[in-house]
Amino acid sequence: MYNGGKIIFGLIIFLAIVTFPFYSNLGGSAKKAMPSLDTPEIYALATKECVRSGEYMKKEHMKVLDEWRDEVVREGKREKISVGGTELEKSLQNGCMHCHSNKEQFCTECHKYAGIDPYCWDCHFDRGEGRL
Amino acid sequence: MGIFFSFSVVVALTVIAFAGVWIPGMQYFFGVVIPYLAVLVFLVGVVLKVAKWGRSPVPFRIPTTCGQQQSLPWIKHSKYDNPQTTGQVIIRMVLEVFLFRSLFRNLRTEMNDGRVTYGSDKILWLAGLLFHISFFIVLIRHLRFFIEPVPSFINMIDALDGFVQVGVPHLLLTGVLLVAAGGYLLFRRINNSQVRHISLPADYFPLLLIIGIALSGIIMRYFVKVDIVSVKAFTLGLVSLRPRTPAGIGAIFYIHLFLISALLVYFPFSKLMHMGGVFLSPTRNLANNNREVRHVNPWNYDVKVHSYAAYEDEFREKMKEAGIPVEKE
Amino acid sequence: MAKETTPEELVNVDYEAPKKDWTETPVEFREGMYCYGSRPVYLQEVGFPNPREWSPADEDWKLPENWKEIVLTAMEERLSKYRSFRVFMDICVRCGACADKCHFYIGSGDPKNMPVLRAELIRSIYRKYFTIGGKLLGKRAGARELTEDVIKEWWYYFYQCTECRRCSVFCPYGIDQAEITMIGREILNLLGLQTDWIGGPVANCYKKGNHLGLEPHAITSNIEYLLDDIEEITGITIEPSFNRKGAEILFVTPSGDLFGDPGTYTAMGYLMLLHELGLDYTWSTYASEGGNFGFFTSMEMAKRLNYKIYAEAKRLGVKWILGGECGHMWRVLNQYMDTWNGPADFMEEPVSPITGTKFENAKSTKMVHICEFTADLIKHNKLKFDPSRNDHLNVTFHDSCNTARGMGIFDEPRFIIKNVCNNFFEMSSDATREKTFCCGSGSGLNAGENIELRMRGGMPRGHAVKRVQEKYGVNMLANICAIDRAVLPPLMDYWAPGVDVCGTHELLANALVMKGEIKRTQDLRLEDLPGVEDDDDDDDNNEEGGE
Repeated sequence: MYNGGKIIFGLIIFLAIVTFPFYSNLGGSAKKAMPSLDTPEIYALATKECVRSGEYMKKEHMKVLDEWRDEVVREGKREKISVGGTELEKSLQNGCMHCHSNKEQFCTECHKYAGIDPYCWDCHFDRGEGRL
Repeated sequence: MGIFFSFSVVVALTVIAFAGVWIPGMQYFFGVVIPYLAVLVFLVGVVLKVAKWGRSPVPFRIPTTCGQQQSLPWIKHSKYDNPQTTGQVIIRMVLEVFLFRSLFRNLRTEMNDGRVTYGSDKILWLAGLLFHISFFIVLIRHLRFFIEPVPSFINMIDALDGFVQVGVPHLLLTGVLLVAAGGYLLFRRINNSQVRHISLPADYFPLLLIIGIALSGIIMRYFVKVDIVSVKAFTLGLVSLRPRTPAGIGAIFYIHLFLISALLVYFPFSKLMHMGGVFLSPTRNLANNNREVRHVNPWNYDVKVHSYAAYEDEFREKMKEAGIPVEKE
Repeated sequence: MAKETTPEELVNVDYEAPKKDWTETPVEFREGMYCYGSRPVYLQEVGFPNPREWSPADEDWKLPENWKEIVLTAMEERLSKYRSFRVFMDICVRCGACADKCHFYIGSGDPKNMPVLRAELIRSIYRKYFTIGGKLLGKRAGARELTEDVIKEWWYYFYQCTECRRCSVFCPYGIDQAEITMIGREILNLLGLQTDWIGGPVANCYKKGNHLGLEPHAITSNIEYLLDDIEEITGITIEPSFNRKGAEILFVTPSGDLFGDPGTYTAMGYLMLLHELGLDYTWSTYASEGGNFGFFTSMEMAKRLNYKIYAEAKRLGVKWILGGECGHMWRVLNQYMDTWNGPADFMEEPVSPITGTKFENAKSTKMVHICEFTADLIKHNKLKFDPSRNDHLNVTFHDSCNTARGMGIFDEPRFIIKNVCNNFFEMSSDATREKTFCCGSGSGLNAGENIELRMRGGMPRGHAVKRVQEKYGVNMLANICAIDRAVLPPLMDYWAPGVDVCGTHELLANALVMKGEIKRTQDLRLEDLPGVEDDDDDDDNNEEGGE
C-alpha cells in the first residue's frame, strides 16, 4: 500500500496553491501604481509642496489625517494650514482634496493597488461625487 | 539552553538582514537572491520529503480507533472516530486538520489527595488552533502583495480582520492573535516543566522565528512604516519573474523578508513538516475496515512456520490417547 | 515490592520534570520495574539471534560484536518499510499532549515514560544517523551517539510501554508510541534482547500451539475439568469436539482461558453458550492460541505464530472462525492477520447459523468476535436469561486497550452485560472507551519480577475502579481480555480490594437459562448464589470456589 496517486495529487494541490502568485502573474506587467499630481489646482500652486514632504506622506498620510480629525472634531482646533502659500482648511475634503481633486487617480490609484479600503469614504465624499 | 540558542539564532538573522542591506549591492542579494533561493528550497524540499515518506509503504492498516466500530447494524457506529469507508476517513481527516479534533480531547492529569484526576484542558487546543488559523489568514491577506488587481475576497478578509476599526492603519486582529497565541505556546514551553523537559532548540526556533516575522510585520504596518506601493511593486516583480531591486524600502522590510526566507529554508528539514505529515499518518488516514477489505502489504514474505504435520508428528500418540483425531494413524 | 510498598506510598508521584537534560540522565535499572532477560533456549527454539545467558542487571549484555551495525541497518530497513515509522520520526512537534496520558508516566512520574520522550529515545538516534541536521548539528539538533547505554535505555523503556495506544488518541498527528515501541523491540530482538516472560510463551506457542505450552491431551483434560464443573452446576453434560474436520466453525480463544482463574470461568461460559446453541463448532489443539506474544517481539514472529489459525481453518475445512475474548489477540486479528496470512478465500463469509445475520464487517477475514456473535443472538431473542443470578454483583466494565483503540468494540460487550446483569455502572469517561487505561501489564509485561511497574502502570485503572467501588459498591470488574483476567485480580487487590474480575461470557453463562438445566444454586465459580435455596445442602464447595 503506497497510495502514490493520492500523494502525488496532494503534492500537486500543494504546489498549485503555493505557486499561485507566480503563475497567476505570468506575462503580467508587474506595474507600479503612480498617483497622479496632474490637477489644475496643483498647477496653480506657487510652490509645489504638500503639508509634509512627499516621502513622509507616502508612509504617514493616514496618520496626518487621523491627527487632523482628532484636532478638529474632538478638540475644536480649526486653525488653517498653509500649503505653498495658500491657506486651506484642516480638512480632507476642503484641505487635501482642494489640490488633490482627482480622487480616482490620486487616492484610489494606490489604495486599490495595495488592497486598502480606508474608511475615510464612509463619511466623506469626493468633491466631484455630489452629496448622497 | 535550547531557548537561548534558538533566540540567538533569530537575533543573528535579524542583525544580518539589518546590517546587510546597508552594504552597497546587498539589497539585491537580500531582496531577490535570498527569497528566490528560499522559495526554491522550500518547494523542492517539501516535495522531496513527502516523496521520501511516500516511498515507504503502509504495510498494515493500523488506524487508532477512537469510537465504536461498525459491526451489527443496530449498534450505533461512530463514523468519524472509527471510520469504515473512505468518505468517513476524509471527514475524520478534515476534523483533524482544520479543527484539531485529537488535541480537543486533551486532558490534564493530576494527582489530588492520592488519586489520579483528569481535568479538561482545552487551552493548548485553543492556542494551537488560533496560532494556525491566524497564520493562515495572515498568509491569505498577504496575497494582496502578489496579485494585481487585488481580488475582492482578499479585501473582504482584510475588512473582516480589521472590523474593530481601531487606529490607522486599522488594526488587523490575526496579526495580534498570531503573536499572542505564539507567545502562549512559547510561555507554555518554558513554564510547564514536562514540556520544557522535552523541548529541543528545534522547538523554540520556529516558534521564535514566526513570532519574529509577525512582530516585524506589525512594526512595519503600524510603527516604522514603509512605502507600501514600492513594496508591492517589488513583490509583484518577484512573482512575475522580473525582479527589480527594491529601492527606498526601509530596513524593517528586509528583516521581515529575510526571516520569512529563513523559515522557508528551514521548513522542509524540520518538524514543521507536520503540515504534510498529518495527511500521511497511518493511524488517522485509514479506515478500520481490515476485516472487510484485505489490506495488502507489498513486502509481505513467506516465513518459517511450524506446520500441522510437524505438530502431529510430535504429539500423535498423545493425541490418539486423548481421543483427538489425527491425519496419519 | 507490592508487599512492602503500600498504595498510599506509591501514589507519591512527582510530575515536576527535572531541570537536567534527559540525555544526560543515564538509565537506572530499578528492581521491580523490569523483566528478566530471556533464557537462551527460548530464543533457540524459534531461531532468534544471539541466544545466551544474560541479565539486564549485568554490566555486560554480551551484545554481538557488530551490534551497532545491526541496529542501524535494522533502523534503515524499517524506515523504508514502514511509513508510520518514517513519518513519526519526522513530524513530532513535542507539544506534550501525550505526556500525561501514559499510565506508566502517571504511575511513575519518570519523564522518560512520557510517550514523546520514549519516542525521542529512538528519534535522537534517527537524527544522528539519518538526517542532515542531526549529522551537522549533533546535540543542538536533538541528536546523540548510539552507545550501549542507549540500547539499555531502549530496553528498559520499551519494556515499560504496553503498546496501549492511548497516547495516539490524543496526539494531533496520531503518532503512535505502540508502533515505535514495536519497532524498537523488534530491533532489540535482533541483538537477543528478549524478556523471559515473552520468550517463553513465544517458544511454547510456536511448537505446541499455545503460550502456556499445553500439549494436546492437556488441553482436552483441562476442558474436561471445566465440563465437570459445568455438569455439577447445571446438570448438563457437554461434549465439545477437538480438531474435527467438517465443523462449520473453528473456535479460537487465548489459552489463558483454559488454565487459570478467572479465565477458566470465561471458558466455561463459551462452552455453555455454544452448547446451548447447538453450534456445529470445533476447538483446535494446534491453533490453540488466540493471543500472540510474537506480536511483542517482531512482526515476523507474530506472523509465524498467527499462521496456525488460517492453516488449521483450511485443514479442518470450516466455514468461518469465531474468536474468544482477548485484547491484543483482536488487535492482531483485526489489523494484521488477513494481511499476513490471508486471503482467507477458502472460507465463506461468516453468517450466524442461529440468526442468519451476515457479519459484513468480517467478510474478508472471516473471523468474528464472540461479543459480536453473542450480541446478535441476544438482539434476536435467541437466548433466555435470568439476570437475577448476577444480582449480587455490581458490575463495571474495563475496555481493553487493544480492543478499544485497535478495533473499537465498545458497545457489544456492554450490551451483553446489560442484558445479563441488573447492576451495571460505568467508570469515568476519562478512563473508558477510547480513553481507557491499560491494566499496566499488557504487551508481555505480565511477569512477576516487574510487579512494581505493573502496580504503578495500573494505578489510573485502579483509581477509576476504586471510585465506582466507593460510589456504587462495584464489586466486579468485567472485561473481554485474557491478560486482564490474569493481571487485574492482583491489581484490584492492591488498588481496590474487594473488587473481583471476570470475563463477559462468565456473566452471560451465569444468567443463561439452559434447556434441561437443574435449578442453579451455584455460579460458575462454584460459589453459592445468594438468596437461592440449596436443595442438596452441600456447603463444601464454598471454600473450593475461592482462589
